[in-house]
Amino acid sequence: MASRSSTRWRFRQPSVIPGFGLALGVTLAWLTLIVLIPISGLIWRSSGLGWSKFIELTLDPRTVNALTISFGTAFIAAVVNLFFGVILAWALVRYRFPGKRVIDAMVDLPFALPTAVAGIALTALYAPNGWIGSLLEPLGIKIAFTPAGIVVALIFVGLPFVVRTVQPIMEEIDKEVEEAAATLGANRFQTISRVLLPGLLPAGLTGFALAFARGVGEYGSVIFIAGNLPYVSEIAPLLIIIRLEEFNYAAATAIASVMLLLSFFMLLVINMIQAWSRGRYGYGS
Amino acid sequence: MEVRVQNIRKEFGRFPALEDVSLDIRSGELIALLGPSGSGKTTLLRLVAGLESPTEGMIFFGEQDASRKSVQERNIGFVFQHYALFRHMTVLDNVSFGLKVRPSNRRPPAAEIRRRALDLIDLVQLSGLEKRYPGQLSGGQRQRVALARAMAVEPNVLLLDEPFGALDAQVRKELRKWLREIHDRTGHTTIFVTHDQEEALELADRVVVMSKGAIEQVGTPDEIYDHPVSPFVYGFIGQSNCLNVTLANGEIWFEDRPIGLRAANEPDGTATLYFRPHDIELIDGCGGCLAGLVTASRRVAGTRHLELDLGRAHPSVEIELPPERATSTDHTRVAFRPTKWKLFRKEEKRGAAQQRVETPAAELARTGT
Amino acid sequence: MAHDAGSASITAPSRAIEAATSETRLARAMLIAVALGFVVLFLLLPLTTVFIEAFRKGPAEFLAALRDPETFSAILLTLTVAGIAVPLNLTFGVAAAWAIAKFEFKGKAFLTTLIDLPFSVSPVISGLVFVLLFGANSALGPILQSYGIQILFAVPGLVLATVFVTFPFVARELIPLMQEQGTSDEEAALSLGATGWQTFWHVTLPNIKWGLLYGVLLCNARAMGEFGAVSVVSGHIRGQTNTMPLQVEILYNEYNFVAAFAVAALLALLALVTLVLKTALELRYSDEIAASRRH
Repeated sequence: MASRSSTRWRFRQPSVIPGFGLALGVTLAWLTLIVLIPISGLIWRSSGLGWSKFIELTLDPRTVNALTISFGTAFIAAVVNLFFGVILAWALVRYRFPGKRVIDAMVDLPFALPTAVAGIALTALYAPNGWIGSLLEPLGIKIAFTPAGIVVALIFVGLPFVVRTVQPIMEEIDKEVEEAAATLGANRFQTISRVLLPGLLPAGLTGFALAFARGVGEYGSVIFIAGNLPYVSEIAPLLIIIRLEEFNYAAATAIASVMLLLSFFMLLVINMIQAWSRGRYGYGS
Repeated sequence: MEVRVQNIRKEFGRFPALEDVSLDIRSGELIALLGPSGSGKTTLLRLVAGLESPTEGMIFFGEQDASRKSVQERNIGFVFQHYALFRHMTVLDNVSFGLKVRPSNRRPPAAEIRRRALDLIDLVQLSGLEKRYPGQLSGGQRQRVALARAMAVEPNVLLLDEPFGALDAQVRKELRKWLREIHDRTGHTTIFVTHDQEEALELADRVVVMSKGAIEQVGTPDEIYDHPVSPFVYGFIGQSNCLNVTLANGEIWFEDRPIGLRAANEPDGTATLYFRPHDIELIDGCGGCLAGLVTASRRVAGTRHLELDLGRAHPSVEIELPPERATSTDHTRVAFRPTKWKLFRKEEKRGAAQQRVETPAAELARTGT
Repeated sequence: MAHDAGSASITAPSRAIEAATSETRLARAMLIAVALGFVVLFLLLPLTTVFIEAFRKGPAEFLAALRDPETFSAILLTLTVAGIAVPLNLTFGVAAAWAIAKFEFKGKAFLTTLIDLPFSVSPVISGLVFVLLFGANSALGPILQSYGIQILFAVPGLVLATVFVTFPFVARELIPLMQEQGTSDEEAALSLGATGWQTFWHVTLPNIKWGLLYGVLLCNARAMGEFGAVSVVSGHIRGQTNTMPLQVEILYNEYNFVAAFAVAALLALLALVTLVLKTALELRYSDEIAASRRH
C-alpha cells in the first residue's frame, strides 16, 4: 500500500507540517484576485480588438515612435548602467575608501525614492537653469526636455539593478582564481578581462535585462524631464495615459499589450540566463 | 630547475610566519613540505611562487635571483588547493590559458597551443572531456585539469598546495600514485605541501618537516622515519612513545632500575627516551627491561596493539606485536625492551631548537596563528 | 651592481608581487573616482536638490506649503492607502512563503514566477488593468456603479493598484529566508506536541521576524511612493484622490516649485529613513535577512 502510493503521481510530497491547504489557498486566491484576473482582463480586451485592428493600432506612427523611444532610451541607459554599475560594484567590493558604507547604502536610493521625486529633482538639476544644465548649456548640450533627459532618468532608476546583481557574485570571487591566472603569466589586465569579467557575464546580463525591463516601463521619473513632445520625447507609458484620457481604450490596450509581451519576454530571458549559467558554470546570478 | 631558498623570513603584520628558512631543492626532485597547520609550509610555497614577498631573504631559480621577479615572470606552475579553475572556460581553454596570455612574440601559434593543450589533457587522462566546463567534472578530474593547466606553461618548478586535500580517500590514493608517474615521466622539479605524512612519505624523494615557521628536518622518507632528529619529528611522523628516563654511567634507568640499554658517552642526567611501538622485543626473564600491565588490546590489520601501564607517573605506552605472540599476553604483565630508540636531552640545544627558545614571545604569538 | 641589487630587493619584490593580484594605485584611484563621480552625479546631487529646492525660500515657506489643506489630505490619503495595502501584502507574503518554502509541490517554480510578475510590469499598465476591469466601458464597472460602489477614482482603486505594485515584496524576502531555514525547527515543535498555530507563533515567526520587517519596510516605501499606477486610477481629484506623489506632480505642473519640493522632501525623508533602517537591519541581522537584495 505504502510502496504503491509512493510511486504514484502526487501533487505534493508528504509532510508533517500543517497549514499547506490554508497557505496555498490564501496565496492562490490573492494572486488570482490581484494579479491574474486584472492581467488576463488586459489580454482578453486586447484579443477582443481582433488581429487587424491590433496591428493597425500598434503600427500607428505615434505609437511606433513612442515604443522606439522607450526601448531605445532604456537600452542606452542599461548599457551605461552596465558599464558604470560594474565599476561601482568593483570599487565597493575591492577597495577601501572614505564614505564607502554610505555609498553602498546610497545605491539603493532609486528603489526607495518615489519616482516622481526623482523626476522633479533630475529636472531641476538638468534644466537650462539647473546646476548641471547651466554648466552644459554654454557647450550647446541640452539634457532636460530632450531624449537625453529620458536616458538620465532611466540611468537613475536602473542603477541599483546592475550593482546589486553583480556585487554578490564579485564578493564570491575566489582570490585563488586571480592568483592562478597570475601564476600562468597573465598580467593584471588579462586577468581582469579574460578571467574575472567573463565570470561576471551572467550576473551582468541579468542586471542589464532587469534595468532594461524597468526602464521600458518607467513613467514617474521620466515624464518631468522628458518634455513629452510627440514623436521626439514621448514614451510609451505616457502615450497609454494620453490614450486613456482620450477614452481611446483600444489604443491604450494595444500599446499595453506590446509592452506586457516584452515584460514576459524579458522575464523569460532572465530565467534563461540563470538556467544557462547554472547548467554550465554551476552557479546562478 | 634547481631552487634555492636562502635565509627567508616572512612576517604577516607582526606575526612571523617563517624564520630564517633555507632549503636547496635539486633539479627534477619531488619534494614534500610536511607539517601541521600553521607550520609555515604553505607560506614557503607561496613565497617560492611569488604570491607573497619575503620580509627578508632570497630565492634563486638556478643561478637567477627570482626574489625580485613577479609571479608572472617566474614561470612557475601552481596547483591550488581548491584548483581555482576558471569556471566559464572549458577544460581546453583552461589548459591553454597560460600560453594564450603570453606576449605575442613568445606566444606559440594557435594550432600549436591547441595541440600542446590536447597533449596535456591526454597526459592527465582526460581525453574526450576537453569541451566540458569545470562545473561538469568530478573532484579528481578537476584536480587533473589544474595540474595540466599548470604544466602547460612549461614551468621552472611545479608547486602544489595540498593537492589531494579536497578529495575523498579512495581518489586520493589513486591520484597520488598517478602524480608520481607523471612526475617521473615529465621530470619537473616539484614541491608539494601536505599535512598528511603518509602522502609525503609515499610520494616524495625528500621530505621537509616543518614546525612553527622553521624547518625541523630535511631527508629522504627513510631518513625521516628511521632517524628523526628532533622530538617533534619523532612525535609527528608515525607512532612513538616517550618516557622520562635518567642516565647514569652510560646506562639508561627507568624509575629505579636500569632497562638494559646503554648510551655510552652521554653525560649523566635526565632525558627523554623515544621509541616506536614496533621497534621492541619481548623479554622473558626481566633482568633489565621495561614492564607494564596490559590495559587495552586492539587488533589493527596485521598487528595487535597493546596499551601498557608503566606506572601512575608515566603516560601509557603502546607496543605492536604479531597477533600470535600477543594472544597469550592479555591482562598480564609484559616485559619488553626497545630495539631502536633515541634519547633527547631537555637541555639539549640543536641549531634550530636553540633559535626557537631565544624568542619566547614570538613563540607564543605563533601558536595563536 | 651587487650593492644595487641588494638595496632594490627590499622594496622591489613586494611591489611586483602586489601588482600580480591587484591594480596599480593609479588604476585604483581612477576607478574609485569614476565610481564616486557616478554616484554623486546620479544619486547624491538629485537627493540634495530636493532639499535645497524645498528650502529655497526659507523654512517658513516650506512649513506653509505642508500646511496647505490639500497637501495635508494627500498625506493622510497616502498613509491610509499604505496602511491598508501593506498589511494585506504582509498576510499574503507570509502565506505564500509558508506554502512555497515549507512544502514541495508541483508547479512551485511557476507559482514563484507569477508572484514576481508585478515587478516586471510597467506601473502604468498596473493601473491600466484596473481601469479596464472597473472602468465605465467595462463589464464590471457599471454593475458596481449601480450598487453605489465606486472603485476607480476612489480609495479602493488606489489600494488595488498599490497592492498590485507592492505584491511581491514581502513574499520574495521571506521565501529564500524560510527555504534556507528548512523545516526541522517546525518538526521539532510539532513532535513536542505544539499545534500548527503555536508552532507558527512561537517557532517560525521569531525566526523570520527581521526578514519580515525588512520586507515590510521595502513594501511600505514603494506603497507610499508609487506614482504611475496610482496616477492612472486616481482621477486626480484634488483633496480627495491625490496621494503625496500625485500632489507633487500637480504642484510642480502649477509651477508651485517650493510646495512641490516640500512634499517631495517629505517623501525623500521617508526614502532616507527606509535606507537607514534597511542598512541597519542588514548590518545587524544579515544572516537572518535573505541575500536577495535585488528587486
